[in-house]
Amino acid sequence: MEQPAHRNPLRTAAIRPAELLPWLAAGAGFFLFPDYLQLGSQILIMVLFALSLDMILGYAGIVSLGHAALFGTGAYTAGILSAHLGWSEPLSGLLIAGLVAGAVGFVCGAVILYTRGLTLLMLTLAVTILLQELANEQEHWTGGDDGLTGVVMEPLLGMFEFDLYGQTAYLYALAVLFVVFLAARTIVNSSFGQSLRGIRENERRMHAIGCPVYRQMLRIYTIAAVMAGIAGALLAQTTEFVALDVLSFERSGDVMIMLILGGTGRLYGAFIGAPVYMILQDQLAKLSPEYWLFGIGALLVATILYAPEGMLGLAERCRAWLVREDTSSGRPERSES
Amino acid sequence: MINSLVSIAFDGLAFAMILFIISVGLSVTMGLMGFVNLAHGMFAMLGGYIAVSFVRDMGVPFLLGAPLACVAVALVSIVLERLLYRRLYGADELQQVLLTIGLVFMGIAVCTFLWGPLNVQLDVPLYLKGQVDLGFRRFPTYRTFIILVSFVTIIGLWYGFERTLLGAKVRAAVDNQRMAETVGINIRRLFTLTFALGSGLAALGGALGTEILGLTPTYALEYLVYFLIVVAVGGLGSLRGAFAASLILGIVDTAGKYYLPAFGAFFIFAVTIILLLWRPQGFYAR
Repeated sequence: MEQPAHRNPLRTAAIRPAELLPWLAAGAGFFLFPDYLQLGSQILIMVLFALSLDMILGYAGIVSLGHAALFGTGAYTAGILSAHLGWSEPLSGLLIAGLVAGAVGFVCGAVILYTRGLTLLMLTLAVTILLQELANEQEHWTGGDDGLTGVVMEPLLGMFEFDLYGQTAYLYALAVLFVVFLAARTIVNSSFGQSLRGIRENERRMHAIGCPVYRQMLRIYTIAAVMAGIAGALLAQTTEFVALDVLSFERSGDVMIMLILGGTGRLYGAFIGAPVYMILQDQLAKLSPEYWLFGIGALLVATILYAPEGMLGLAERCRAWLVREDTSSGRPERSES
Repeated sequence: MINSLVSIAFDGLAFAMILFIISVGLSVTMGLMGFVNLAHGMFAMLGGYIAVSFVRDMGVPFLLGAPLACVAVALVSIVLERLLYRRLYGADELQQVLLTIGLVFMGIAVCTFLWGPLNVQLDVPLYLKGQVDLGFRRFPTYRTFIILVSFVTIIGLWYGFERTLLGAKVRAAVDNQRMAETVGINIRRLFTLTFALGSGLAALGGALGTEILGLTPTYALEYLVYFLIVVAVGGLGSLRGAFAASLILGIVDTAGKYYLPAFGAFFIFAVTIILLLWRPQGFYAR
């Protein structure tokens, strides 16, 4: 199919210098905050999780309150592989967890993606809680309320032990994030990604021009499930523990808030939202959990009312205002609907 | 055997009635405004807390405290509706979800600050304690009272909805908003009014239901899912649907917890998924 000359969707695939910033920051973090590497790897994991939500929410417009279902599936798969089946090789464990989460995502998606709106919202939510109840009940496999202990990891690539300071964990999470990010970036810049944006903007019209809407949505849902599963598995492997809250409604909410704070449909929203959210949480929750809860609630309300496109959207608007030129280079503006 | 079945039916009914009173407002406002209001559980929680403050701290009689809490919450909800909700009518549901989740977080923080993180209960007056003999069996008085109050409320709601001008306007607006506006119904005022009414009812349910649901600051999130299920399964804006869904949910949940406590809320969600897949728009979709 021929692309119109004035808008080549692959044009954004060229790497802009600003895109190196988050990676430089993540690299610098390793050297600057050696005492905070545990938190650091958790942030990287949540970035990956938020990125996976961005794929369905930001690109395909699927509002899910149950993304933790897939994260938790990955976490429990990786945990159970090691704790019960003695499979402690991290990379293959990660891969298996991703595939299992992908399979769960495919099956769930195949059923729920026929619905829209409130029904879809409720179904994603119900699936998550169902899985959580199941995990709670299957104590033999999951440890139930006490969490799954006994997860041990062999050295990464047979060389790097997971150390107490979390150095290996941090670099491991960063490397995985980078690889998955490259895949995600390729996907959203492909013609498939373009058709997803079309579905987000106007589903009926995509139907009308012959786009297999349901199939495309199921495809991205499965891809996002694999990514979320990998994120969950990373958490299980680096903390060597799985708690029931990996499947909780709160985790689904947290990741959505992170993504919204950063900005949806931009890939890099996750890189802003997750660190801001988690560092604030780390600092404020020490003072008092109520302050934290009130603060994040107020921030969320303010974001929705005044900066619905998140911090990145706000930054873009500021830049457009400063430079007074169109900065939307290739990325179609989201219509206010 | 029969005895436990009757108990389950009775407790399930009491739970279902509380669910209905709280959720019906959500159903009507969602049907009317298409607004996904995740903060509805917060209004119920607030009703419970305010009633506790009235009755326990200020010595207001129980039968006056609960209605007063309703009025207070309705007023709060009018302020929120005017300031915040109104700005997102017609926006996409994601924004509504997030705005209201933000409100819930703030509400939880405020309630923890004011009333503490522990479970509190509304003190029931003496004449509602103990058991009452209904001829064939004795039942807990307070739950019987809840069921009675709920029946009266339901009849009142039904009458208001089906037989008054206001009810007719609401039904018209749920069915076809543009048409309703065209014939001269002031939609915005109608929104505010129904929103306040729904929140007030939620507060009533929250105040009466502390004995069954407990009352902690996380109430707003904990039971939100139940309220949403009632609305989604029943069908937006449908009284009958909300009633049927509440009954199913209340009784299945009570029975599940009685016979298979290890599975917790498993059955509820399994049933919900099946019902939603069978009827994506709910029982009585308008």
